[in-house]
Amino acid sequence: MNACTADRIATALFWLAAIVLIALLGGLLGYILYHGGRHISWHFLTSPPETIHAGGGIGPQLFNSFYLLVLSMAVTVPIGLLAAVYLAEYARPGPLTEAIRFSIETLSSLPSIVVGLFGLLAFVVLTGWGYSLMAGALALTVINLPLIVRISEEAVRNVPTDLREGSLALGASQWQTVWRVVVPCAFPGILTGVIIAAGRVFGEAAALLYTAGMSSPRLHFGLWNPAHPSSPLNPFRPAETLAVHIWKVNAEGLIPDLRQVGDGAAAVLILVVLAFNLGARWLGRRFHRRLTAA
Amino acid sequence: MNRRGEIEMPERPERGRRLRPARGRERVGGVRPGGLRSRLAGGRRVGGGGQAGRERPFLLGCAALVILLTASIIVFISAKGLATFVVNRVSPVEFLFSAQWAPDRPAAEGGPRVGGLPYILGSVAVSVLAVAVATPLSISGAVFAVEVAPRWGQRALQPALEMLAGIPSVVYGWLGLTILVPFVRDHIGGLGFSLLAGFLVLAVMILPTIFTVSADSLRALPVDLKEAAYALGSTRWQTIRRVLLPAARTGIIAGVVLGLARAFGEALAVQMVIGNTRKIPGSLLDPVTTLTSAITMDMPYTVMGSLWNNVLWSMALLLLLISCGFIVAIKLMARRGVKL
Repeated sequence: MNACTADRIATALFWLAAIVLIALLGGLLGYILYHGGRHISWHFLTSPPETIHAGGGIGPQLFNSFYLLVLSMAVTVPIGLLAAVYLAEYARPGPLTEAIRFSIETLSSLPSIVVGLFGLLAFVVLTGWGYSLMAGALALTVINLPLIVRISEEAVRNVPTDLREGSLALGASQWQTVWRVVVPCAFPGILTGVIIAAGRVFGEAAALLYTAGMSSPRLHFGLWNPAHPSSPLNPFRPAETLAVHIWKVNAEGLIPDLRQVGDGAAAVLILVVLAFNLGARWLGRRFHRRLTAA
Repeated sequence: MNRRGEIEMPERPERGRRLRPARGRERVGGVRPGGLRSRLAGGRRVGGGGQAGRERPFLLGCAALVILLTASIIVFISAKGLATFVVNRVSPVEFLFSAQWAPDRPAAEGGPRVGGLPYILGSVAVSVLAVAVATPLSISGAVFAVEVAPRWGQRALQPALEMLAGIPSVVYGWLGLTILVPFVRDHIGGLGFSLLAGFLVLAVMILPTIFTVSADSLRALPVDLKEAAYALGSTRWQTIRRVLLPAARTGIIAGVVLGLARAFGEALAVQMVIGNTRKIPGSLLDPVTTLTSAITMDMPYTVMGSLWNNVLWSMALLLLLISCGFIVAIKLMARRGVKL
């Protein structure tokens, strides 16, 4: 075969692959949103699920998912940011740094069900909390931490050196330079990354089955004292998230409108993840414009 | 491309110097100088002296927390997972290579048997087949995005794959259950719940992993390689096939291994479509089971400390070891450079 013909065929195949990939995403998103979108209503989003009858909603699950995300981020972001600052600004090459990096890679490729089992031992049984939001949040932290560290480190490293040199030349200590110059400059990158990580964590289910549990007590919205057992804010109550709910209704198969609830919940999940993704993109572009063009 | 939870390219060199030249991408370059100056000069008096470096141990502590976490995961899972072999005296050979599974058979009938082979083979089969399907597609996509049409790649393909990576795994499972399983049942045969449905779902899930890592390593190649190939009169396809892909192979293989690792450890999506029938996979339409699936399904129904429960922890330990093994393999490959 002529080299030019081969080149043309190859080019066509590459285009084909790209089109297949994009069509795949389009098809999947379209399917979920079309089938699920019809079942999303205010009632569906706010009412509690039914155990054996049709017509249940996903209200508590939706709340649990967001609350769990906030709890987990509150633990992960500060630790992750400080660890990233260490790795980007303070670490010297050596066995310790090597070990930290190796741990991050190991953590981020752990199967999430294994993280869930670790959570069951360490945060559910050992602490005596039982299935609880807190245990779930800490299990999510294990999944989330390597991600946040990597994102923040990348953002911190992307800060131009001139700024550091300028600050150091003015007599600032290293910590002052980091805290007042480098981290504020890296903030847009960190924020964008954190939002994308949030999308990831929002849909996590396998790690939560045996940590946050597969049930939710009757919640009384309006009871905002976190110590009360049926307050939505109580971090030591069991909490089923939206992703876990999809899995559970399907595994139990008790409700007659399984298909509708599953489709609707999947669509809500996708919409939230999509919103996180697009939000991060939009923020990233906005910050970029503000910081570069002025 | 580290935003989406993919592992950092292993060949990235260590940068430990305190002041280093700015990196290629100037994403946050050129902060308004006024803002910076006022922040430095208008704030508290800087350079107080005597307290330099005091924050270092604290920061190090935060970073070292990941070592502590990793170590405790390994210790906890090992402690539970080894109980099968230490307390229940099951031989590891039986666990790994026997297909007999009767974890609650009373001693009168010959005692319990916990051969994990069907689970292990099921996991291997779905993940290897998933990689076999996903690899050509995602590498072609990566080449497309980097070499063939970078503008389209940047505008359409890259965001599309980021979205694919963002879709939660239960949603993939749900889609497999509502689209793929009925399709297989009606048009191909069998129950629908099958090895076929399992690996197709997994293949879609690992596309972004392989794509991202391959695209990154293609992008990291020096331009000289490409220019030299074109200068010698190669067509684009010849350049890609003879020069760029071989030069980027370490990264591409790392991507494939990561995809394999992700497929191997995926639990819920597979569990929902694979049928969960304990048998050695014989045909693509057979319902099979996997390690992750067994853990997900049986963990709540077994008593902590019983043999059955312990075996599930041994499966988790096996998953953990395999996942660590993949990481070590990638590290070694990156260090030596693979020869093919």
